[in-house]
Amino acid sequence: MNDRAKDPLKPVFNESGIEVKPLYTQADVEASGGLDMLGQPGEYPFTRGIHRLMYRKQPWTMRQYAGFGNPAETNKRFKYLIANGQTGLNVAFDLPTQIGLDSDDPLAEGEIGRVGMSIDTLRDFEVAFDGIDLNKITVSLTINGAAAILIAMYLAMAEKRGYDVKQLRGTAQNDILKEFIGRGTWIFPVEPSIRLVGDTIEYCAEHAPKYSPVSVCGYHIRESGANPAQEMAYAFCIAKAYADDVIKRGLHVDEFAGRLSYNFNIFGNLFEQVAKFRAGRGLWAKIMKEEYGAEKPGSMWLRMIAAGGGGGLTFEQPEINIVRGAYYALISALSGTQTMALCSYDEAYTIPTEYSARISLRTMQLLIEEMGLTETVDPLAGSFYVETLTNEMRRKMEEIMAETDAQGGIVKLVSEGAIQSKVSAQAYQMQRDIESGKFPKVGVNCYRNEQEEEHPVQFHPYNEEDTRVQIDGLNKVRAERDAERVKKALARVGADAAAGRNVMPALVDAVKAYASVGEMTKELVKVFGRYQEPIRF
Amino acid sequence: MTAQKSASTARRIKVLLAKPGLDGHDQGAKVVVRALMDAGMEVIYTGLRQTPEAIARMALDEDVDVIALSSLAGSHIPFCTKLKPLLEANHLQDKLWVIGGNLPAQDHEALRQLGFTGIFPTGSKFDAIVDYIRNNVKDSVQ
Repeated sequence: MNDRAKDPLKPVFNESGIEVKPLYTQADVEASGGLDMLGQPGEYPFTRGIHRLMYRKQPWTMRQYAGFGNPAETNKRFKYLIANGQTGLNVAFDLPTQIGLDSDDPLAEGEIGRVGMSIDTLRDFEVAFDGIDLNKITVSLTINGAAAILIAMYLAMAEKRGYDVKQLRGTAQNDILKEFIGRGTWIFPVEPSIRLVGDTIEYCAEHAPKYSPVSVCGYHIRESGANPAQEMAYAFCIAKAYADDVIKRGLHVDEFAGRLSYNFNIFGNLFEQVAKFRAGRGLWAKIMKEEYGAEKPGSMWLRMIAAGGGGGLTFEQPEINIVRGAYYALISALSGTQTMALCSYDEAYTIPTEYSARISLRTMQLLIEEMGLTETVDPLAGSFYVETLTNEMRRKMEEIMAETDAQGGIVKLVSEGAIQSKVSAQAYQMQRDIESGKFPKVGVNCYRNEQEEEHPVQFHPYNEEDTRVQIDGLNKVRAERDAERVKKALARVGADAAAGRNVMPALVDAVKAYASVGEMTKELVKVFGRYQEPIRF
Repeated sequence: MTAQKSASTARRIKVLLAKPGLDGHDQGAKVVVRALMDAGMEVIYTGLRQTPEAIARMALDEDVDVIALSSLAGSHIPFCTKLKPLLEANHLQDKLWVIGGNLPAQDHEALRQLGFTGIFPTGSKFDAIVDYIRNNVKDSVQ
């Protein structure tokens, strides 16, 4: 299938457009810039890892994406994953929650609890995290458009349960700019959306300094069609846009940058991925130190979840995705990630069942227990190929960032739909190349089964009953809460949004009064309006 | 020149490609838009978060030949159940209704019953989609 064998000297390029030579030597390392950016693990520029001992001290956190139905069912799945050795939670919300609709909103019909758990009020969070020790299990909320509200809700829930919010760890995805590029759970227009991200960073810096309010996602930009170098370059541009918003408010970079984190994607060429992460660590440290004047090492760290991406998995021969997932986990471990997750093998069919989620978890566990991947830091360092490629990937990312800035910056390009159009055109070309066989994909355009077998995929059942239970629960909360207090708290949300004050204190107050996600969103929409998607091809 | 002229006497196939409901996965929809355009069709892409009412109205107003949905978040059956009577009320039942995305095999018969005769689950090829539309759209367009 691979026609390279016909002409071994024909130039080969990786997805990021870098030529891959048949052999690398010391001379290539020198020609690509040498080892100036290598350093030692735990030392600037952190190319080899952000900690000195890395996994020797603590293996990566395992955090499978989970959540469905109502909070009580999701609580059971959380406990199942924890009982099976998962060390963090990555919470999936249903689409109504993600875009700020209550479960009784007509637009939410048919979507309650389908792709994640449904959350209306603080009561739901109390149920979802019941019996889970928030000091032992760090929780990551995959929420973006409605992130400010759900962060407020998480902090309020923890406080109510007696945790010291100042010591509370956890993460919210809260990366709205990438939602405009891919994933699509936006609510408000671009400018107020960035302001809300700034509000959460500013608020957490003061009130929840160990909480990570943002996880900037290259992941979904890659899923939308970006190549690996673009994935990381655009994510850095986006992180800088958030940092700039916060710095404008008078904060010093060292007051918040240590709590910025990242979410990146893994599929495709192994060496290109590893070089991407190593290059990215050095580049981000350099940006923080040289452009932003960061002094604390923590502000320069590229802390990340590196997750096996759904974009690499196939509908055909789904069981082969288990093998792909194992390689993605291997890449993630070789790349020095802090947290790992894998799309399960049935990703192209359904949300994961307990069975498929457990396979993903076991995949990561066996890397820790059987493969020796936690014993030595940055084991691929010093490879002529990996070091050369790391230098070349870093240069590529710098070029993409410079080009983005020259075209007016990431905020402008996203607002106009230019980035969306660019990555979508690339996704189209990639799909064409897969269909023509130019880009090999096992089971899809080569090594196909003559007769596709019955797929060994179990479907996660969707429970229609969940909708009624969820709406009944919401009505019960509405009937029991202090209506006057809710009204006042919601009015304050609107007033603070309109006055340009940080809305987080008002949101925390409203959450504690059991105001619903939909009610708070409506107050913000009154002030900010709604995003209009630019359609551009 | 002559070939171009004769082609222009028949109207190009006009497709409405819609993202139903709250689903935000638009990578697939957008690549299919490009594939249909490259195949010479005129495509109106709605963007995300379309209600059944909005899709029926656009299909009528734009006088399209094909009504195509892209659904990856699992709500295709309830959505199409709401959309069908609205399309019928607008006398759009003679148009071609197609759907693509994350559509489990067990749902295909229900989708056909709802009038979505062209079903293209994840992994479908561009050619299969283009050929299906060309072969099944009304004769007055090409």
